[in-house]
Amino acid sequence: MKQKIRVLIAKPGLDGHDRGAKVIARALRDAGMEVIYTGLRQTPEMIATAALQEDVDAVGLSILSGAHMTLVPRVLELLKANGQGELCVFVGGIIPDEDARLLRDMGIKAVYGPGTPTSQVIADLQQILQPA
Amino acid sequence: MKDVASQIRQGNRLALSCLLTWIENENPEGRAALDELFALTGRAFIIGITGPSGSGKSTLVNRLAIQLTGSPQTPQSVAVLAIDPSSPFSGGAILGDRVRMRDLMEHPEIFVRSAATRGALGGLARAASEMVLALEAGGFDFVLVETVGAGQSEVDIACLAHTTLVVEAPGLGDDIQAAKAGILEIADILVVNKADKNGADTAARSLAAMLEIGADAAGLNREEQVTWKVPVLKTSALNDEGIDELVAAIRQHRTYLETSGEWQRRSQIRLDDLFERLLREKLFAEWKRNIQNRKYEQILGEIHTRKISPYQALKQFRA
Repeated sequence: MKQKIRVLIAKPGLDGHDRGAKVIARALRDAGMEVIYTGLRQTPEMIATAALQEDVDAVGLSILSGAHMTLVPRVLELLKANGQGELCVFVGGIIPDEDARLLRDMGIKAVYGPGTPTSQVIADLQQILQPA
Repeated sequence: MKDVASQIRQGNRLALSCLLTWIENENPEGRAALDELFALTGRAFIIGITGPSGSGKSTLVNRLAIQLTGSPQTPQSVAVLAIDPSSPFSGGAILGDRVRMRDLMEHPEIFVRSAATRGALGGLARAASEMVLALEAGGFDFVLVETVGAGQSEVDIACLAHTTLVVEAPGLGDDIQAAKAGILEIADILVVNKADKNGADTAARSLAAMLEIGADAAGLNREEQVTWKVPVLKTSALNDEGIDELVAAIRQHRTYLETSGEWQRRSQIRLDDLFERLLREKLFAEWKRNIQNRKYEQILGEIHTRKISPYQALKQFRA
């Protein structure tokens, strides 16, 4: 059985706009990945627990509330505490360039703004996660 | 990850999670770890939850898992294996059962794992049986297995679980649907969920009537009495109603299993089933390695062009 890429798509925080998260989930599914979708209003703790129990290869966080500079570091901290500090974490949403730079410095692999083609997200994940 | 088996024995959840992935990928390291852990399995109570898409299985599992943990002073641990279908085209999957199980995320005694079917058609994931073994080795008291949305013939769960719940919802079919063979027959407990909706009483009545007929027919065919009477219970997982009664029925069924010898029989069926599948896969792979190069493809080609029938093709392989 071929190894499958498993990705957790989560929406931390309080905003209720999950269209983007669902579009990404569907696109990754169509690219042959197994996508664990958690739904809205997840706490960073819930996301870290899900990442651990599902043994995912990547975590995608969709944030449109502006709280990314609070939520993302907290998720990273919890993943690390659980022994999953090496996971590929990417962020999608409305993120100002300056913040995107800071997030990348924290270890976020990619930050995707509105209008990003789903093919780019797929290609990036395949490149990062598939052994050369 | 090193020495997964001993880490699992010490209760390391990340190690367990990693083993589940290995098992799904048919990784030899996973099989080696299961060799070491196999002696620890066979103690958990395995409960299957099946039924049509949209009948509320995941929401019910969310309530049921919490209820089964029991009192906070002496909590019992619960693992959930939630299965969703893989796409037959891309092989990908969206595993969305966690959306309805959010209450379980912050519960230290509960472990939830999603799995895709990866081509299996009986309502379970390809490696579900082995994944349950891993969860048992993880020390859980209960393992809940939620199947994909099952129509009429996804009955594999009955060979894996000790107790099978079939979850229906009001308005999904009339009494002729209830009389058909298949999924309803495997129920140890029938649940009419969404009892807050109209038509729940009618659905429960036609299911109960179907069971009455079934019990009569079984009485005609068998000498021994049917000792377990399948209860029909109404629940509203959304409003947290009827869950206590459901848990009570599950506990009664366990008592029945243990006193009747069924517990042991069902536990064995599951292992027989697993072994037979593994043996079949192994023999087929070995056989295929040993036949002449390209002969298999050639014969398939002759079947495609209608030169020979599949039965005639079988004869060519007999030698």
